[in-house]
Amino acid sequence: MLKVGLDAGSTTIKCVVLDEKEQILYSTYERHFSHIVGKTEELLRRVAKQFGGKAKLAISGSAGMGMAESVQAPFVQEVYATRVAANRLSDGADVVIELGGEDAKILFLTGGMEVRMNGSCAGGTGAFIDQMATLLKMTADEMDEAAGKAEKTYTIASRCGVFAKSDIQPLINQGAKAEDIAASIYQAVVNQTVAGLAQGRPIKGRVLYLGGPLTFSKCLRESFDRTLDVTGVCPENSLLFVALGAAFYADQTFDLNAVAGRLKERGASETYRSQPPLFASQAEYDAFQARHAKAKVERAVFGPDYAAPVHIGIDSGSTTVKVAVIDQDARLLFTDYQPNLGNPVPLIRGVLQRLYDEHPALHVASVTTTGYGEDLAKNAFHGDYGVVETVAHFTAARHFLPNVDFIIDIGGQDMKCFKIEDGAISNIFLNEACSSGCGSFLQTFAQALGHDMKDFAKLGLFANRPVDLGSRCTVFMNSSVKQAQKDGASIENISAGLSISVVKNAIYKVIRASSPEELGRNVVVQGGTFYNEAVLRAFEKEMGVEVIRPDIAGLMGAYGAALCGRGKASPGQVSTLLDRNALAAFSQKTESRVCGLCGNNCQLTVNTFSDGQTFISGNRCDRPVTGRAETGEGNLCAYKRKLILGYKPVPGKRGKIGLPLCLNMWELLPFWHAFFTKLGFAVYHSPLSSRDLYLKGQATIPSDTACFPAKLAHGHIQFLSKLGLDAIFYPCMTYNIDEGLGDNHYNCPVVAYYPEVIAGNCPEIKNTKFIYDYVGLHRPKDFTRKIFGILQRRFPDITKKEIHEASDAAYAEYASHMAQIRKEGARVIEQARAEGRRIIILAGRPYHTDPEINHGIDALLTRSGAAVVTEDAISSQVEKFPTTVLNQWTYHSRLYAAAKYCCEHRDCDLVQLVSFGCGVDAITTDETQAILQSAGKLYTELKIDEITNLGAVRIRLRSLFAALEEQDEEGKEL
Amino acid sequence: MEMQTYPKFTPEMKKTHKILIPNMAPVQFRILAAVMEEAGYTCELLENCGSQVSELGLKYVHNDTCYPALLVIGQFLDALGSGKYDLDHTALIITQTGGGCRASNYIHLLRKALVKAGYPQVPVVSLNFSGLEKDSGFPMSLPFLGKLLAVVYYGDLLVALKAQTEPYEVEKGAAKALQEKWLDTICGWIHQGRGCSSREMKAAMPKIAAEFAGIPVRRTPKVKVGVVGEIYVKYSPLGNNDLENFLASQDCEVNLPGLMGFLQYCVYNPSETARLYGGNFFEKHISDWILKYIEGMETVVINALRNHGYHAPLPFRELIRLTDGMISTGDKMGEGWLLTAEMIELVCSGYENIICAQPFGCLPNHICGKGMINKIRERYPQANITPIDYDPSATRVNQENRIKLMLAVARERLADREEPPAPEKTLRHTQELREAHAAV
Repeated sequence: MLKVGLDAGSTTIKCVVLDEKEQILYSTYERHFSHIVGKTEELLRRVAKQFGGKAKLAISGSAGMGMAESVQAPFVQEVYATRVAANRLSDGADVVIELGGEDAKILFLTGGMEVRMNGSCAGGTGAFIDQMATLLKMTADEMDEAAGKAEKTYTIASRCGVFAKSDIQPLINQGAKAEDIAASIYQAVVNQTVAGLAQGRPIKGRVLYLGGPLTFSKCLRESFDRTLDVTGVCPENSLLFVALGAAFYADQTFDLNAVAGRLKERGASETYRSQPPLFASQAEYDAFQARHAKAKVERAVFGPDYAAPVHIGIDSGSTTVKVAVIDQDARLLFTDYQPNLGNPVPLIRGVLQRLYDEHPALHVASVTTTGYGEDLAKNAFHGDYGVVETVAHFTAARHFLPNVDFIIDIGGQDMKCFKIEDGAISNIFLNEACSSGCGSFLQTFAQALGHDMKDFAKLGLFANRPVDLGSRCTVFMNSSVKQAQKDGASIENISAGLSISVVKNAIYKVIRASSPEELGRNVVVQGGTFYNEAVLRAFEKEMGVEVIRPDIAGLMGAYGAALCGRGKASPGQVSTLLDRNALAAFSQKTESRVCGLCGNNCQLTVNTFSDGQTFISGNRCDRPVTGRAETGEGNLCAYKRKLILGYKPVPGKRGKIGLPLCLNMWELLPFWHAFFTKLGFAVYHSPLSSRDLYLKGQATIPSDTACFPAKLAHGHIQFLSKLGLDAIFYPCMTYNIDEGLGDNHYNCPVVAYYPEVIAGNCPEIKNTKFIYDYVGLHRPKDFTRKIFGILQRRFPDITKKEIHEASDAAYAEYASHMAQIRKEGARVIEQARAEGRRIIILAGRPYHTDPEINHGIDALLTRSGAAVVTEDAISSQVEKFPTTVLNQWTYHSRLYAAAKYCCEHRDCDLVQLVSFGCGVDAITTDETQAILQSAGKLYTELKIDEITNLGAVRIRLRSLFAALEEQDEEGKEL
Repeated sequence: MEMQTYPKFTPEMKKTHKILIPNMAPVQFRILAAVMEEAGYTCELLENCGSQVSELGLKYVHNDTCYPALLVIGQFLDALGSGKYDLDHTALIITQTGGGCRASNYIHLLRKALVKAGYPQVPVVSLNFSGLEKDSGFPMSLPFLGKLLAVVYYGDLLVALKAQTEPYEVEKGAAKALQEKWLDTICGWIHQGRGCSSREMKAAMPKIAAEFAGIPVRRTPKVKVGVVGEIYVKYSPLGNNDLENFLASQDCEVNLPGLMGFLQYCVYNPSETARLYGGNFFEKHISDWILKYIEGMETVVINALRNHGYHAPLPFRELIRLTDGMISTGDKMGEGWLLTAEMIELVCSGYENIICAQPFGCLPNHICGKGMINKIRERYPQANITPIDYDPSATRVNQENRIKLMLAVARERLADREEPPAPEKTLRHTQELREAHAAV
């Protein structure tokens, strides 16, 4: 009897037919383009025709689950099937790494069998590689080939595909080499797999690489080899292991044609979760179209002999390049809109060239650039002005509809919303990393299904049962689509579902409005994504409002930039734009190099243009540009780092003890340093975090959804374990110190108990005394008694008297440390006031001072001319006050107090740093915002994680400053 | 900032308002509703579910808030919007554990959401034992507390009996029907003001167990799965995509450790806190006194199960000991050390296949759930644990696929063991049933 194994994965379908000796008679590996049921049916009939109808059959794969049930065939879970196959085919393999379209799996075969799959938040491996290839305009093979020629890799966030894309997109726009980007993408996949799945178990011995991405990409395999320090093999039939496993497992005989028949019947059923259609009738659609057709920007003729002054706006966005040309009366003369193809510079040059060629008498009065590529474009072509994209969009919308009170812009990567009151921006909402990339996701998704974006969107308009795809992020959406397809959803319903999901993401995650009144009466929607009528309709339906979409929705950034230029240009001005000849001779050379001027070792991308000018990006500070190091003046974060790093080991009689500089140790280091130094220990602490430190610890992280600051702890412990210490001390602390600002004084669960995770997962500590007992500093007398017991167990010669003295010294040192912070904070504020500088309260937790956690946001603020203080420096100046939430965590009480302080001081503004995955901040952000808004203050939340690229943060902060300036001016006028 | 003053639940409202109860643990909460009705409240256990529940949650609560909060609040809003209730005479009740987990803040999120959704007049009652919300808390009296304990005892017993009988029953639906029968009986007693004294429970519990034991069963070896996790997603079918039924469809026996353990854990922690960080004599021992009081009835439940051939949970006292060398009993946020202890208990008592269920991004479970799996595996290599995250956007197929992986490993081990089929137990049970009846 023949055996048939079928593996229906998220992207491909695999089938093997085995003879009685279990030799492969037939095998196939094909993309199913989501026609899973139909494809499977066809495949089964094909096999039946070739080999006869009766065979033993088993089905596997993520898409095979429901299918197997419906045809009553045995289902084999795919990782398990891999194991069955690996056990038979690859004697002596120790570890199997298998990457598929959606999931990553690691199997430990020897030394205690274990099988693991990635968590839900880290999905989309193969789909991610595909998407990135699309982004780089390459096929998967080309990307692999390109990666082989890479000279270096960039740091790319590896939490998930969405986060990685947030780092990759800007690299593309900065002109980084495609080869280097490609290699970095593979490295990110490796890091994601290792960080998510190794979980403390070393990957060593004979490693097998399975699945599509690992089979097709040599570079990906090499990246794994390098990272794990192994030489893995990609065995014969590496694509078919799951199908083979299913075939080996198959023990029930089926008539394949009958199975195919049952599949066909089931294919017709639609069992997914659906939503109401976008349009109930053609008439409804016609009325909708007629209404939106009215929103037109005024245009003028742009003839070949046009000689009046024009203003050019260039919006170099994340995925597209837009150019708008307007005349002195703000009438639109010319527009251009194209995908940026990974390097916007040649495209912009082409458009400018065309303008010069087609209009010999062209008088350019101003050129204004905006978008992610604002600086690059401005430098390359000598533009006159640069304007932050939020301002460009706002300017355009206000020009279009002077009484606008709400603007929402959905571009390829970002969503931006503004609330406008009395003509000024009163609130800005920008998406955070999780909900980014929605616009371009629609695009890549359409392309992957072989559709043009416009046609794809059209398909959804009259879909009868749009799929409910959730609203978390594009990785989740992608996986929901896969499920819906399995459940028989048509492409029309998926298209509509995707559009609705993008809108829900904007409404629930970015705007967070629950009623139309919160938006206002005059809502303008713009951004390329709103060309999609399904998105437009979904937005109107979801919010229950009629909105206005200008006919140039996708060009509003460029249009706004041109308007800004028009506003700034003096009469008769001639732009600094490269002239005809210079433009013709224009060339661009890109290289990437390590800065090397400080320990950060930023990976710089250096663009050199034909006139010898260079443009540097990828830098965290101005040093590679100006040659000067930052002084840290007016930056309390820098001061705090200096204080912490000032604690050095003092040789003592009792040996060496180590403290990991992570989470709450950022504040308590002075306490424990003084404590243990007094007891006669030389106290070592781990250094400031770095990428390298993180990577060294990533293999022992058990929960991939924990916050980045917690994950860094693993690297710190790893560092300390190499120092030959007598003990590592990292106590659990349910309670923090009671500062009297809240109803209680807890630590968050992660800060409180992370040492438990270290003890349970880091093999490094096995050879060291790891002291992680529970202590409470909030009761000094009890603390002294308890810590005596804890330490005496490990160091029997310690006396009570010593502990008493050490404890006194520790509390004193802690108090003096906090006093120093407050004093310096007061000084920074005073000085900023004297100099008339903005004061930004960078509010977060003590560990947000770590440069690897805040990614240099503090320095970014000071470079923008603001002084930076932190919440702990000012919270003591506020009395306890009532909040609408339970105020029970010490660090968060400081946050509310800082917000309150900010309300009471006109010249202070607050920026809250929030680490991804911080559950507590889901509560604090709303409360902090409410406190600030009660005093008419703008609230800015910056969500940070592993993502290093500050592009979105920079836009956020520049928008804040622009809005504040505008408010100041309004204030003066009043 | 202007402080919103929210409506309080006043004693007069007992007469005028209907209290809506979110459905967390279906069995236990049904008895809870009866207890509240007997105390003079009008209440209703919410049964509404469906996608609009989480949609409403997403709409009115910060999306990064944990899934249980989204669901509970969504369920309330969905009910209030259904038109079935007189909004001026409806109140909501929500449990509040207190402690360092963000769950202590659910009630505040609920109040904010009510205002946002246009139901500012609806008061929220806090059901807690930590003295929070003194002005809008549920009035607690000692007799009432005693009845709440009875709710949990009866509920846990019925859940355990059904879970261990149903997979093996010869006649499908017998265990479920018996559970229904007893739920009706117990609720009936409660409405008549009886059934909750320790004397009555001592008499009733062995009788209930005996009746379950009398259901004819065929004890073929099955994969035994334990479910632990964040309390809401662990119990609520709405929260865990109907996990129990899914596992049943996969031919498994499911063990959900009872609510009693969580209650005892909540009682235990205050004194443990005092012992760890300092406190007076009373603070250090109050927990022991209460636990001691509870212990008597705990033994009755355990014996009722054990004496009728069922697996019984370990007494709380012994559960604490399981944490030795694994996790400190100082970890008291969320389900804390109890979750780890439950996993170990399950592994040691034959339920080595475990689903650790939590809302996506659950903070305490980074530590006591996912963070402890490695350590448990090191000590108990047979542990086959899979963590599953629940979230409005997490797809069911993804979750089920991971569970199936766990089950595939479990089945293989079950086959490897090649246990001889268990002897027919029906006869013995019938015998015991007769004896039990004779005793009553």
